[in-house]
Amino acid sequence: MSDKNNNPLLQLEHIGKEYYGNRVLTDISFSVEPGEIIGLVGENGAGKSTLLNILFGMPVIASTGGYEGDMRVDGKAVHFTSPNQALAAGIGMVHQEFSLIPGFTATENILLNREVLNGSVMSYVFSDRVSTLDRDAMGRRASQALNTLGVNISPDMVVSEMPVGYKQFIEIAREIDRKNTRLLFLDEPTAVLTESEAEILLLALKKLARSGIAIVFISHRLNEIKELCSRIIVLRDGRLITDSFAEDLTIRQIASLMVGRESERKEEPEPEEPEERPIPEEAVEVPDVNLVLNPKPEKKKKKVKPALKVEHLWVDMPGETVRDVSFEVRKGEIFGIGGLAGHGKLGIPNGIMGLYPAGGKVRLFGRSLTLNKPRAALGRRMAFVSEDRRGVGLLLDEPLDWNITFTAMQTQGRFLMGIPFIFQMRNEYAMRKEAQKFIDALSIKCTGPSQKAGELSGGNQQKVCLAKAFVLRPDILLICEPTRGIDIGAKTLVLDTLKNYNKEHGTTIIITSSELEELRSVCDRVAIVGDGRIAGVLPASSPAEEFGMLMMGQARREEEEAEESA
Amino acid sequence: MIGRFIEKAGWPRIIIALFLLGLFIAAPFVGVRVDTSLSNTLVRFGMNGVMVLAMIPMVQAGCGLNFGLPLGIIAGLLGATLSIEWNVEILAKLVAWGSQYQITWLTQEFVDTWREPLGFASAVIIAVPIAAVLGWFYGKLLNRVKGDEMMIATYVGFSSVSFMCIAWLLLPYKHPSMVWGFAGRGLRTTISVEGYWLHVLSDALSVNIGDHLYIPTGMLIFFAVMALAVWIFMRTKTGTAITAVGSNPEFARASGVNVDKMRTISVVMSTVLGAIGIIVYEQSFGFIQLYMGPFYMALPAVASILLGGASVNKASILNVIVGTFLFQGILTMTPSVINSYLQTDMSEVIRLIVSNGMILYALTRKVRA
Amino acid sequence: MMNEIMNQAITFALNNAVLAAVIGIIALVIILALLMGSGRIFRKLFDLMANNAVPAIFIIISAFAIPLSGYSASYLVQELLTRIGRNSFLILSLLIPIMAGMGLNFGMVLGAMAGQIGLLMICDWGVVGIPGMILACLVGTPIAVILGIFCGAVLNRAKGREMVTSYILGFFINGVYQLVVLYFMGWIIPITNPALLLSRGYGVRNAVSLLGIRGVLDNLIPSIVAGTTQGQQFLSANGSGAFFLVHIPFFDGAVRIPLATLIVIALFCAFIVWFRRTKLGQDMRAIGQSQSVADSAGIAVNRTRIIAIVISTVLACYGQIIYLQNMGTLNTYNSHDQAGMFSIAALLIGGASVSRASIANVFVGVILFHLMFIVAPVAGKNLIGDAQIGEYFRVFVSYGIIAIALVLHAWKRNREREAARRSLRGNRGGDN
Repeated sequence: MSDKNNNPLLQLEHIGKEYYGNRVLTDISFSVEPGEIIGLVGENGAGKSTLLNILFGMPVIASTGGYEGDMRVDGKAVHFTSPNQALAAGIGMVHQEFSLIPGFTATENILLNREVLNGSVMSYVFSDRVSTLDRDAMGRRASQALNTLGVNISPDMVVSEMPVGYKQFIEIAREIDRKNTRLLFLDEPTAVLTESEAEILLLALKKLARSGIAIVFISHRLNEIKELCSRIIVLRDGRLITDSFAEDLTIRQIASLMVGRESERKEEPEPEEPEERPIPEEAVEVPDVNLVLNPKPEKKKKKVKPALKVEHLWVDMPGETVRDVSFEVRKGEIFGIGGLAGHGKLGIPNGIMGLYPAGGKVRLFGRSLTLNKPRAALGRRMAFVSEDRRGVGLLLDEPLDWNITFTAMQTQGRFLMGIPFIFQMRNEYAMRKEAQKFIDALSIKCTGPSQKAGELSGGNQQKVCLAKAFVLRPDILLICEPTRGIDIGAKTLVLDTLKNYNKEHGTTIIITSSELEELRSVCDRVAIVGDGRIAGVLPASSPAEEFGMLMMGQARREEEEAEESA
Repeated sequence: MIGRFIEKAGWPRIIIALFLLGLFIAAPFVGVRVDTSLSNTLVRFGMNGVMVLAMIPMVQAGCGLNFGLPLGIIAGLLGATLSIEWNVEILAKLVAWGSQYQITWLTQEFVDTWREPLGFASAVIIAVPIAAVLGWFYGKLLNRVKGDEMMIATYVGFSSVSFMCIAWLLLPYKHPSMVWGFAGRGLRTTISVEGYWLHVLSDALSVNIGDHLYIPTGMLIFFAVMALAVWIFMRTKTGTAITAVGSNPEFARASGVNVDKMRTISVVMSTVLGAIGIIVYEQSFGFIQLYMGPFYMALPAVASILLGGASVNKASILNVIVGTFLFQGILTMTPSVINSYLQTDMSEVIRLIVSNGMILYALTRKVRA
Repeated sequence: MMNEIMNQAITFALNNAVLAAVIGIIALVIILALLMGSGRIFRKLFDLMANNAVPAIFIIISAFAIPLSGYSASYLVQELLTRIGRNSFLILSLLIPIMAGMGLNFGMVLGAMAGQIGLLMICDWGVVGIPGMILACLVGTPIAVILGIFCGAVLNRAKGREMVTSYILGFFINGVYQLVVLYFMGWIIPITNPALLLSRGYGVRNAVSLLGIRGVLDNLIPSIVAGTTQGQQFLSANGSGAFFLVHIPFFDGAVRIPLATLIVIALFCAFIVWFRRTKLGQDMRAIGQSQSVADSAGIAVNRTRIIAIVISTVLACYGQIIYLQNMGTLNTYNSHDQAGMFSIAALLIGGASVSRASIANVFVGVILFHLMFIVAPVAGKNLIGDAQIGEYFRVFVSYGIIAIALVLHAWKRNREREAARRSLRGNRGGDN
């Protein structure tokens, strides 16, 4: 304790983590000093959330085999097994999703489970829990915390009646009210804030840091990171790519570091040795970002009629709102849709398939498609593989042949026997035969068509989902997150299957994925979605950096700024 | 091998089955005839089987256990009472049709010979559409309260039974064998079906072996036919869709299935089966029990199917057969065997503990969210 | 002559009004069902109704049914006071689980059974009066605590369907209770008083007289509210001195007040008010709104839920003892059965919902529900000439009210879920 100032507040040494043989974090080492503000950036799936889970001792880590490496607080090794231990050690966390009690006031939420109590005889006899709350003292402490943040929120306001931005401040106030909080993690705190609210927040954070609290700030808004942080750490594919001072990096450099550089775009799924920390020179120069939705020159080159034409589509999918999206997909093309989580890329295919309320115009081979009716979309020979494999994609409690043939049975009347419209029973023989065909073709590891889907591994489940789509003999195949949660071997297999299917049947395929590298390796063209709109469509061969800039909304922002100044 | 069997059958079933087996073995020693007990078990099996069968569609569609079975039972009671009320008119009408449309076999003689089966058929025919309509509304209601189906079903059942208590008093029934003699109106609490369709199924093709073994063949065949019908239905395109809805509604929706419609169909099915089930029960029991009679009728049916190995969201015909047999077996054997041994009637208590314990076990089992 | 005609006219109007009210209720149920299928025009109306309809309807029914029953004001007041004293405590025991988000605690019958076992024991031991009641509570408490812990643990395994589980649990424990009372008592558990036992030598009789403690709490502080003349009459008939007597000049009649019981209930209300302000109460409110948030804030969710159920069970145990000291007889195998249903129905009629209930709901509910209970059979008899109808009507209302409350709750919750979904989408501003 005496030599506290010699040790960093938090030190991570060679942290690594594997989920079921799937490596998500490799050799992460960095340290945090008191009063420092560190920006932690990385794409979705870069390993940020796993890192936070390890730091906070989330049960999911221990239940999946723990982690590698050491963690030190004040130089003392720690190993948290529950979030409460992390809190006790002075590490606070503000979550992305609000963990507030809606019917409670600001005060009650800020002091949740840390209420100020009146002492009473009862509390000696039983426990502190039978003491009454000292509401006055609680109110004073809440206002104090809110004042520290510099926001003007009444402590008596009920959270459910607050604007979204306020809730974020309540969360932060809760953390700083903890007397011992010395290190604060903020996971995308500004994502839900308006510009002015975000500014207040950044000011408040700077103020906090001056008082000696260290802050780790996770955000996709790179300009905020740049403005606020003194040091920036970039994660990619579970590895620490950069750890350097903010003034040494430009926003563009950060963007390109996050998505990876051109030289890495080999057909090599295994990541090579991590880059050296210094930033390569060539990454700095960036060509103009192509913002044209459907690059005309290319369209002239190949005069193919569009298989799918989307105009002003909006989709009301929670957490993945699509605002106004227009694009065209050519026949026989593999079209990619990328972008950060929460910006609406998943909403596009889900909306087209009628799974969430949607509006706008969608034309399929020239004929318009009825929205909001999954049946209509399926009837037009579109097939869909959901990103939510276990929730939407599979009947976990049913055998594989059901999973594979059910959609075809219901929408195309296949695998039935009897007289149509009068009496039809399912033809289990045909179902099993078809399932067996796909089990062989996609080499799905299972005991046979009657095994339950829930018993398969993630990769094999994904193959079942693909089989389900293939059985429909689709003209257009929409696939969401084809490789989410499956191991590397299976990833390659799934992507190859898609490529081959496209080649053999000429099927138009639309892949939506968070993994840009994957899209670039499979697709012909890739659209990047930002904030519910198409930020740009680029040929897959464009440099990674351009995609990066589109993703970070940088192009958009610059454009807006240009508009404003004009 | 044994381990896998135990795992598949589940401990509760094995314990209950062993208990039942023990009762059968112990029976001769306390002076209870095994063949009589077996006959009783078979009769009770046939009586209750269809009502247990009524659980399948709703469980498969993910609507949970149908604690609202009394709604179907009410439809059955309406059918049963109306078939008696209009018995003479219906039979006369049939003869009239026979002559009007030149149906040679539909004569007075035919109607007289088949009076009882025709009465039974008319009860079923009246009950089914009533059940279908009630079930449709009930299904619509349950679609609005997804997640809370079971509790609401319970109270829909209760309130409909108590509502019908008022209705039984006020409905303009006239038939002297059904209304209170002194007031001339208001249905009696129990109405005998003797002379109408008592034992029409039970005694059809029934077999008596010796003095004590009686097999109600007709009733068992009827149950088998109903079970087969449900089995076939669950294998149709619609039945398959219903199963998928119960297994994963989101999957079904993404496959173009109208989830609410499938749920409604399943509820209608369940209610209709409940209506038929109670009529089968009554023809064997001999009485129509009105007023609070149907109040707790859902619980034995629910307990039976769970005892047979069903869960809150999966059930099969096999579950129905095994469960009904075990449950009714226990109900038959405990009074006779345990009572002879302990000189006291513990059957009611055992029924309460076994049936509710079974339901409790099913409710607290971890299910996939 | 004129008077007679007037009277007849009024009676006729009342008759039809009640008929209309009865039909109205039934129609309402049907309309509610139909509304399920209709659009959002009705939603606002529906929300309004959802919040206040139930008490309002009951006030209207009572307004018509009271004159029809022909009961005098003092009779009704007396009856109501008795019933408030008898039932409030039981209903109040439901409040804490609702606060903890566990819905209506159908498992309160467990507590009632514990109370009954306590009463059986003191009957056997021959302890009477207030000491008898206290002893019954002392015997019942540990049983109630154990049952409460069991119930809470079971409910923690059935999150999201607490109500149906606690309901079935009630039946299950009822089976165990019968096993104990009907077979073990007098056999394994020694019962010496032959008046308690069935003729076969073990098992408790169906009806047990509680004469020893009958009314001891109600009459502990004898008190009476009466008009001047009635008060004098009452005193001369019952001896003087022992009564608190309050004269109300123009009041026509005499009403006994179960003062001590009301004081106990008042103390209990104070307990609930205090409890809400404790840390434990705050934790329960937090858990009731969001288990996951409470858990991440370090509140021991499962443990707190068990505590809520234990408190409720123990209080239901006391409630049942108070209830039975008023009734004076214990129906060994039925008394507890109805305790749950009637308490829950009364609470809901008082305007509570599955997720929100206050002390005011309890008293409004107990008054309205029992008002209907008192007048319905007589009103039914005067109306249609059949008391049975009124009898069935009140049963129907009890169940119907619970059904409607559950439906409204589930529906509202599903709609709120939908609304929450919308607000999530609103984060990034919505167009179109």
